[in-house]
Formats: sequence, structure tokens, C-alpha cells
Amino acid sequence: MFKPSHFAAVVLFALFASVVFGITQRETPKLMIRYGIYCFVLFTGSAVALSWVMFLIAR
Amino acid sequence: MATTGNTNGTAGLDSKQGSKQAAKQGVQEGFVYLPLIAGWLVPGAGHFLLRKWWRGALLATAIVGMFSMGIAMQGRVYGGASEILEILGLVGDLGNGLLYFVSRILGLGADQVQVTTADYGSHFIVVAGLLNVIAAVDAHNLRTGRKS
Repeated sequence: MFKPSHFAAVVLFALFASVVFGITQRETPKLMIRYGIYCFVLFTGSAVALSWVMFLIAR
Repeated sequence: MATTGNTNGTAGLDSKQGSKQAAKQGVQEGFVYLPLIAGWLVPGAGHFLLRKWWRGALLATAIVGMFSMGIAMQGRVYGGASEILEILGLVGDLGNGLLYFVSRILGLGADQVQVTTADYGSHFIVVAGLLNVIAAVDAHNLRTGRKS
């Protein structure tokens, strides 16, 4: 059984979703790569930020 | 002599562009919804039909990879559904096309979520299905000329 950590699962999710979003939502290869990276950073960045918010609320 | 060479070069270029155009026209003929249906059944197949090899390969890798990891995490593959959340999960799973039906036939995945990673896995499988639907619609848009 594959047991990734929570963060590894977030990174994998963000990677796969960003690839599909980049290819389907933009027309040229350059824009696809830029949008894919943008989505990846937003996915992982927002997960880390929300984790910190929840950590601070729970304290 | 130089003029002849240029003419030959232009003719070669023209024939290459002509064959590309012919191939494109061949793709444009036929059933309009074929890339949509093929893309739903097999991830990336819609783009392969339209000769978008790299896009198709990347989409197939991402979607099949996500689905496989969901299965490897012992995620739940929804079968019969009675509650609203289960019905939504089933709709998402159905987006995987043949991957879903094959996994149901082979009995892959778990019937009940028992550990945290299995919960992640269930979501991976559902999201892979939704991403596959987006990819299939993208193939349809390419086919109809709405996107280049």
C-alpha cells in the first residue's frame, strides 16, 4: 500500500492537476507551462498557508 | 542555378505543408464527438486522434498516474450509491472512463475507507475522473476549432 505523507499527497495532487489545467486552459506551449507552474504554486502555497492558519487557530 | 534551387526548396516546403494540411483535414472529417468520447474512455486518446501527441501523452500520464496512486492508496471506488455524497463520488469516478470499469471488474480499491491515506486515495480517483472530463472537453474544443 502506498502511504504518502500529507504534504507529499498535496504535492502529487498539485502536480497532476496543474499539468491538466496548464494544457487545457491555455493555447500555446509557453503559456501552458507558465499557467501550470502558477497553478502548482497556488495549490501548494495555499495548502501550506491554510495549514499554518489551522495550526495557529488550534493553539 | 540558385533560382532553381530556391524553387525546389519552396516546392518541397509546399508539399510538406500540403501533406500536413491533408492530415489535418483527414482529422477534421468524421464524427465530431469522436475525440470527446475517445478522450473520456481512454485518457489522452482524444488528443492523440487530433495528432496532439505531446499534449495527449502528458494528459494521459497525469490522469492515469493520479488514478493509479488513488488505487495504490486503497482509495474507494464507488459502486452503488444511495447518499448524495456517494452519488457525487460515483459521478466523479465515472469520468475515468474505461479505467473505472476495469477497476470495478478487477475489484481494485477498497470498499470502505479505513485509514487516512485511503481517504486521500478516494479523492485522487474522483479528481482524476474530473480532470479526464476536462481533458476530453478540451479535445472536443480542438476538434470543433474553438481552441487551436
